[in-house]
Amino acid sequence: MTEHKAGPANGSILVVGGGISGLTTTLEAAEVGYEVFLVEKNPYLGGRVAQLNQYFPKLCPPSCGLEINFRRIKDNPNIKVFTLAEVEEVDGTPGNYDVTIKLSPRYVNENCTCCGDCEAVCETEISSDFNFGMNKIKGAYLPFEMAFPARYVISPQIIGTEDGKRCKEACKYDAVDLDMEVKTMNLKVGAIVWATGWEPYDATKIDNLGFGQYPNIITNMMMERLASPNGPTKGKIARPSDNKEPETIGFVQCAGSRDENHLPYCSYICCMASLKQTTYIREQYPDAKVYIFYIDVRAPGQRYEKFYQKIKEDENVFLIKGKVAEVSEDPGTGNITVVAENAVTGEKIKQTVEMVVLATGMQPTTASVKLPADLKYNEDGFIINDFEKGGMFAAGCANKPADVVSSNQNATGMALKAIQTLVKR
Amino acid sequence: MDKKYGVYICTGCGIGDALDMEALCEVPDEEGLPVKTHPFLCGKEGVELIKKDIEENGINTLVIAACSRRVNFDVFKFDGCIVDRVNLREQVVWSHPRSEFPALTEEQKDDEEHFDRVQMLAEDYLKMGMAKVEKIDLPEPYKLETLNKKILVIGGGITGISAALDAAKTGYEVTIVEKEPALGGYAAKVRKQLPIQDPYENLIPPVIGAKIKELEAYDNITVKTQTMVARIAGEPGDFTVTLKKPGEKIEFDVPFPLPEEMKFDENGKELDVEGQHKKYLEYNEGKLDILQIDPNGEKFGAVVLAAGWRPYTPEKDEFAHLGFGELLDVVTNHQFEEMAAKGKITTSDGKEAKSVVFIQSPGKGEDDADFKYCGSVTSMVALKQAKYVCEDYDDGKAYIFYQHMRTPGLLENFYKSLQETEGIFLTKGDVIGVSKNGDGMIVEADNTLLGEKVKVKADMVVLATGMVPVTVDDPVVNLAYRQGPGFRDIDLFEGYCDSNFICFPYETQRTGIYAAGAVRRSMTMEESIEDATGSALKAIQCIESVNRGVSVHPRSGDMTFPDFFMQRCTQCKRCTEECPFGALDDDETGTPKPNMTRCRRCGTCMGACPERIIGFADYNIDSVGSMVKAIGVPSEDDYDEPPFRIVGFVCENDAYPALDIAGLNRLSYSAEVRFIPVRCLGSMNVIWIKDAFAQGMDGAFLLGCKHGDDYQCHFVKGSELAEIRMQKIGEALVSLALEEERVAQFEVAIDDYDKLPKMINDFVEMVEALGPNPFKGF
Repeated sequence: MTEHKAGPANGSILVVGGGISGLTTTLEAAEVGYEVFLVEKNPYLGGRVAQLNQYFPKLCPPSCGLEINFRRIKDNPNIKVFTLAEVEEVDGTPGNYDVTIKLSPRYVNENCTCCGDCEAVCETEISSDFNFGMNKIKGAYLPFEMAFPARYVISPQIIGTEDGKRCKEACKYDAVDLDMEVKTMNLKVGAIVWATGWEPYDATKIDNLGFGQYPNIITNMMMERLASPNGPTKGKIARPSDNKEPETIGFVQCAGSRDENHLPYCSYICCMASLKQTTYIREQYPDAKVYIFYIDVRAPGQRYEKFYQKIKEDENVFLIKGKVAEVSEDPGTGNITVVAENAVTGEKIKQTVEMVVLATGMQPTTASVKLPADLKYNEDGFIINDFEKGGMFAAGCANKPADVVSSNQNATGMALKAIQTLVKR
Repeated sequence: MDKKYGVYICTGCGIGDALDMEALCEVPDEEGLPVKTHPFLCGKEGVELIKKDIEENGINTLVIAACSRRVNFDVFKFDGCIVDRVNLREQVVWSHPRSEFPALTEEQKDDEEHFDRVQMLAEDYLKMGMAKVEKIDLPEPYKLETLNKKILVIGGGITGISAALDAAKTGYEVTIVEKEPALGGYAAKVRKQLPIQDPYENLIPPVIGAKIKELEAYDNITVKTQTMVARIAGEPGDFTVTLKKPGEKIEFDVPFPLPEEMKFDENGKELDVEGQHKKYLEYNEGKLDILQIDPNGEKFGAVVLAAGWRPYTPEKDEFAHLGFGELLDVVTNHQFEEMAAKGKITTSDGKEAKSVVFIQSPGKGEDDADFKYCGSVTSMVALKQAKYVCEDYDDGKAYIFYQHMRTPGLLENFYKSLQETEGIFLTKGDVIGVSKNGDGMIVEADNTLLGEKVKVKADMVVLATGMVPVTVDDPVVNLAYRQGPGFRDIDLFEGYCDSNFICFPYETQRTGIYAAGAVRRSMTMEESIEDATGSALKAIQCIESVNRGVSVHPRSGDMTFPDFFMQRCTQCKRCTEECPFGALDDDETGTPKPNMTRCRRCGTCMGACPERIIGFADYNIDSVGSMVKAIGVPSEDDYDEPPFRIVGFVCENDAYPALDIAGLNRLSYSAEVRFIPVRCLGSMNVIWIKDAFAQGMDGAFLLGCKHGDDYQCHFVKGSELAEIRMQKIGEALVSLALEEERVAQFEVAIDDYDKLPKMINDFVEMVEALGPNPFKGF
C-alpha cells in the first residue's frame, strides 16, 4: 500500500554519449524506473575512462566501475543501448522530441561469440585509435577485453577486400555480415541528455611543445594507454623512439590549457593526472626522476591535497613552478630538453629528459562539430544548460571541464532534470 | 516450485573440440537429468531448442554450460526459470589449452595412471552447476507493508533548498528541517556570491532569496525551522523520524554508543559486556532504546543530508606567526565576509581598511598546503573578497598571497577577470609572518613573483580558512541504528560524508540517506546546487526501488533478501556488528532485527553467521556448500598419483571478470583449481572451507578486492572481514594438524588478469609442496 502518490510518469529519455557521464545518467534514470535509450558513436561504451589506466586519487582501475555499470545495464530491461549510433536530427519541444539516429554498420551481428576466429585470419592491420595510433590491430577486432557490448567489429577498411571475405568464411556462427549498411532509426522521447564528452586537445597545434615532431614527446592520454595492462606495451612505460625504459621524464602542465591561443580555461584534471602518472612511473622505475613544470598545482580539497603532498614527499619528484616555453631534441640520443622560466626566481631552467609528457587539456566534442539540436554553447564550445526551458540538458564534460567524481555528480543530477521534464508533461 | 531440470551444453567456441562431450553428457545423464548439446547454443536455433523445452516439456530449472555469465546475459534469460551458467569457455577450455593440457590417448583412458585434467575440470563445473540449481529458488521481491514516499531534507541552506525544489518538481512531498529560525544558511549571509553559470566572470547577488521564494510556490514542500532531528528510526520507505527544537532533551533523542574511555574502570581495566552495558544505559539515561518507535513520529521514505559546514576557527596559537588571536585585524575569511555583508570593510578600531592581505597557505614556505578543509572554493572566496576591497574603496588594494591559485575548469574565467581588476595584486609567496607596525601591520613573504622578499603594509589580514563539515563532531542524522547514530568511517575523509567510490559519488553506508553539498566536500554554491539535484535523484531512486522490492546500488534490481532462521540464532551479534550498512539492529537479548530495505544484499551477514541461519533465495550456505561438495576429489584409490584439488572463492564483481579476461587472452593456469563465485568475500562462510578440507581437498583460497583506506570492495568491508575470518580458520586448521598455509587470500583488481595465472600457480605449487591433505579419502 502506498500512502502518497508520486513517481514515474510516462515517457522515455535519450542519453547521447556512453562515456562515464552518459552511463551514469542512463543508469540513474533507469533505476528510478524510466525507459532510457543510450546512443554511443563508438562501437563500445565507456568513452574516455575506458582508456585510462587508473583513477586519481585512489589509483583504482576504471574498468572496475565500468564492469559494475555494465552489469547494471545487463540487469535492467529499461535500458536500450545502441552503439555506432549518432543523432542526426532532433525535432520537437520539451516532453516531445522526435529524434533521428544514424546507425553505422559494425559488419558483425548478434551471432558473434567473441571467439576471435575472424581476427586470427585477418591479415590487414590498422592503426589503433583506442591506443592513439601507438600500435596496430587487426582489421577485425574487439575494442578492448571488457568491451560492452562484447562483440567484434570489422573495420570499414577491409570491406570489399579479400580479408573481409576471409573473416566471413572463418566465422562458424555466421556473425560476419559484409553487406550491412547504414540505417536510420526514429525515437520518440520526452527528454534528451547530451553527454557528448571531450577530446584531448590536439597537441600538434601547440607549436612550441614539439608534439608530432619529436617521437619522445607524448600526451597524457597516451601515457594512460602505455601504463594500461591492455595497452600497446602491455603496461610497460617505454619511450616511443627506442623502447628505452626512461630514467628521466618531464611533465609539461597546461599544455594548451590556460592559454588564450589554445584553451583559455583550466582543464581541471591535468594536474591530478600528472601526479597520478608520476606514480605509474615511480612504481615501474624506482630510480627514475620526474620533473613537473606547472603554473599552479590544482589539487583542491582534502583528498586531492593529501595525494599531492604524498607525491611531493618522493625525493625523485621535482616540482618546478614555471611555464615551459620551448622544447628541443638531441637527434643523437632522442632526449628532449625542456626550457622554462622559473616563475619565482626568474632564472631560465633547462632540463634534459628522456621523455616528455604533455599534460594536454580537454576540449568539448562540441567545440568542432555542433549537435543537430537547438542548444546554446559558450565561446569554448561547452553546452550551456537552460533549465528554464528544460527538455535538453548537457551532462559531464559536455557542460564544463570536470573530473570523474564531479562528472558523475552532475550526470546523476541531469537524470533528475530529464525526469522532471517527463513529469511536467 | 516443482523443479524440472534441463542441462544444455554448448559445443561451440572450442568447447566441443577440447572436451569429450559424450563423457560430459554422462554427468547429468547419471543423475537422470535430461541433457542436450548444441554447436551454437546462443544462436537462434540453440535458444529455440531451450525455449521449446521450457514450453513443451515444462523445464524450469536450467543449467547452461557454455560461456561466462558475463556474456549473452540477455540471450539466456528465461522468465520464471532458474538458470545457472556453467563457464566452460573462459574458465575451462580457453584457459586450459590442449597444447598444454593434452587429452588422453585411448590407451591412457583407463589405466589408473593418467587422467585428463581439463575434462575433470569441466565435469566438476557441470556437477557444481547442477548441485547449485537444486538448492536455489526464484527470488520474490520484498515489499514493505506500508511505503512512504516523502523525502526529509536536513538543512535549509542552498543545498537543502535546491534538493527540496528538485524533489518537489518531480512530484514528491518534501519536508525541510532547519535548526536556525530562518532558511538560507550561509548563502544568505554573504554580500555577493561566486558565479554559478557561464560566463563565470563576475560576482553576482546572492541567489538564495530567489530560491526561497521559489520554494514558497510549492505546496508539496513543508518547512520546519528551529527544528532538528532527534532520531531517525526504521528503514528506507519506512523511516520514523522524531523532530525536536534545538536544545531540547527528549526521550526520543537517539542513544549514543559508549565512548571508548568509558569502557574501562578506574584501574584502566576493560569492563565486561555487562559492565559496559550498564555504563551505556547510564550514559544514555532518559533516552529510549533504538527499537522503540515513536508513535508520534513522522514517516519518510528517504533522507537528504544537507547540513552544511561551519567556518574553521583556528586555535589561539595555531597560526601565531600570522598573528591570529593576537592582532585584532587578522581575521578569517568568514569573519571578513560577515563584516562585508554588513557594510564597508573597516579595521577593529573603525578605520577604513584600504589595504588588505589575503593569505591562502599558512606554511611559512615549509609547506605549500592550503589551510585545512579548503578547496577551490577558498581560492575563489579570496578573489571574491579582494574584489570587495576595491568596491568599498576607490584606492583600495588587495594582495593575495597563494601557493597555488585553485580555480579549476571554467572558474579560470573568474580568476582572469579578477587579474584585470585594478587594485588587486596576486602573487605566489611563502608568507613568513605578520607583525604589528604602528597602526597597521606588515606582512612578510618570501619567494614571491614580485621579488625575493616583500613586505606589504596591511590594515587587515584575511586567512583563507576552510569549511568544516558539521558531521565532524555531530552525527546530525541521529540514526536509531545499533551501529551508531552517524555515518560510518567518515574519518577517512576528515569527517566529510563523502563516498569512497570515484564512480559512485553518492554511495553511503546508510541506505536511503544521501549527503549533498558542503557536508560532503568544500564546495562552491554552484557545485552545491548541482550536488543537491543528484542527491534528490538518489533519494527518489531509493524510494522507487523499495517500492519495487529490489535492492539499490551496487546490486541494483536484486530481488533477493536475507532470510533468517531465528529459531537457531544464538544471539552472537556478529551479523549486526559486521553488516557494512547497519541493516540489523539487535534487541536486548542480542537477537537481530533485520531491516530489509537497508540491506544491500552483499551477504556479509551470511558469511558472519556461525550458526549458518542466514541465506538468500538464490545464494545460501547450502547452495555454495553443495557446489563445494560436488567437486570430485580423486584419491589413491582412483589413481596412483591423484591430482590435487583446490577450491577458489572469487569475488564476482572484480576477480571473476578478471578470470574471464585471463581466459579471453588465453592465459593458462593450473587445472586443479575449482572456482566458485561469491557476491562479495564478506559473504564467505568458513563452513565452506571446512567442507572442502573435510572432503579431502588440499587447499583453498580467496580472490577479492583491495582493502584498507582506499578500499575497492563494493561492499566496503567484505574483503577485510574475509581476511579476519581466514586467519581464524588458519588457526583451526593447525588444530587439525593441517598447515595454515593451505588457506590464503589474495587481493586482485579487475585489471590484474595478467597476474592471476602466476598467483594461482604459485599457490598450487606451494600446496603441492606441502603434500596432500592427510584426510583425503576418509
